[in-house]
Amino acid sequence: MLKVEHVFKTFNPGTITEKKALKDLSLYLAPGDFVTVIGGNGAGKSTMLNSISGNFLVDKGSITIDGTDITGWPEHRRAKYIGRVFQDPMMGTAAGMQIEENLAIAARRNRRPTLAWSARSSQREQFREMLASLGLGLEDRLESKVGLLSGGQRQAVTLLMATMAEPKLLLLDEHTAALDPKTATKVLELTNTIVTERNLTTIMITHNMKDALALGNRLVMIHDGHIIIDVAGEEKKNLTVTDLLRMFEEAAGSEMVTDRLLLS
Amino acid sequence: MNVVDLVIPTISQGLLWSILAIGVFLTYRVLDIADLTVEGSFPLGAAVAAAMLTAGYTPFAAIAVAAVAGMLAGVVTGILTTKLKIPALLAGILTMIALYSVNLRIMGKANLSLLRVDTIFSLASFINDDRNIVTLTVGLIAVIIVIAGNYWFFGTEIGAAVRATGNNPNMIRANGIDTDATVILGLLLSNALVAVSGALIGQDNGFADVGMGTGTIVIGLASVIIGEVLFGTRDFFNWLVSVVLGSIVYRVVIAVVLQMGMPPNDLKLFTAALVAIALAMPLVKKKLKANREVA
Repeated sequence: MLKVEHVFKTFNPGTITEKKALKDLSLYLAPGDFVTVIGGNGAGKSTMLNSISGNFLVDKGSITIDGTDITGWPEHRRAKYIGRVFQDPMMGTAAGMQIEENLAIAARRNRRPTLAWSARSSQREQFREMLASLGLGLEDRLESKVGLLSGGQRQAVTLLMATMAEPKLLLLDEHTAALDPKTATKVLELTNTIVTERNLTTIMITHNMKDALALGNRLVMIHDGHIIIDVAGEEKKNLTVTDLLRMFEEAAGSEMVTDRLLLS
Repeated sequence: MNVVDLVIPTISQGLLWSILAIGVFLTYRVLDIADLTVEGSFPLGAAVAAAMLTAGYTPFAAIAVAAVAGMLAGVVTGILTTKLKIPALLAGILTMIALYSVNLRIMGKANLSLLRVDTIFSLASFINDDRNIVTLTVGLIAVIIVIAGNYWFFGTEIGAAVRATGNNPNMIRANGIDTDATVILGLLLSNALVAVSGALIGQDNGFADVGMGTGTIVIGLASVIIGEVLFGTRDFFNWLVSVVLGSIVYRVVIAVVLQMGMPPNDLKLFTAALVAIALAMPLVKKKLKANREVA
């Protein structure tokens, strides 16, 4: 489904702030793969996700989705195939527009906009059912501006929007990191339900090792711009946090495990 | 002179200028860009219409071509700011300055009189013997068309994409929209309206002048802000109507202060101060509220 092959990305090349963010990173996803991604700060997790979504073009290597080479495509064109939820709950929705208007925009993500009416009444029932499935009481607030919602509610709506027009690939960039623990758990449960029920090919970055182990069928660890651990299936199921840390130390060599990694 | 003689022309002026105000609203509020192209596209509309009318074309053709000229001006600013990454404020200033020369070229001189040609208003004079009523009617019809058109367009999928661009460009890109295209489209529509407003006001005044754009951005902003404060922003339709009413209120305020004896030369100073105060209001209110809570 997704092929990321030998990708390199350097930010600010030739300057004092030069940062080699991705170094020969390759990743292959089978249809229906639900991959959780962990790694220390600055390891390249978000850079990998952003290079797939097209926030910037990679320096070298290629990215293919379902047989289509999208390496040179701009961000908005890739959105046809990719649904995204960001770390910042404000990023995924238009605050000044109604919930219904936001959903209507997401419903046509995979095709060009036309001069047809955007928020059609025929879609309303469907929107209402989808919102009801979130269990947040939003189904009666279709005409509320999204800016009035809490961070957790906005993130749940964004998740709905990202998966509404069937994405070939779902990218979740630490989408629960900015939420309080209780809301984070709820959004994570919701994520798991949507992804597994609909068998969506998904990449989820997380800071939480337990979440990374509990969710998905595959786990990937990124260090210094490339993948150092890639476990799947039974092997992943039997993995513990202690195993992960040991594997990380082995794979990363003598380098210390960062505080952030230990704490989470 | 009775009150009606004063009130009707004031409302008519407010209506004709409200088309400019809606143009400013589209950039300042919908796209979240302060677009100074307005100061060039407003006289551009008047200049194109005047040149067309003096060349013998019908007022409708003159207004239509003025709109197209405004669109082009908007596209230029749009390309400067999206494709060439020039900050929007500066891009608008560049187009505005360039248009000064363009407007002189179009008119051939700094001022073009329309006293001897047919205008949209003389064409509509069958409506009533009173010229004031004619202007009011034309203004009203134009505003209704503009509001209806905008309400329809911004309810469509493409229109929703333009609105979302001003709201959250990240979100709309993640939903498959090229924000360069939506910004250019927004600027195109905005400046088309501004040029139409210029074309109408030029015909109402009986001349087009190369300097008539000075301060129009501030007039537009004043109308938008007054309208929002007095008449609300509940939904898009309400917001559009508020801007039109804001434009009328602004004209009423101007008429009142002039009646009270303020020299016309001080008008721009007065308007600028009005807008500055209105823009500072939210901050002042917040500070006052914070102080009260402390006390």
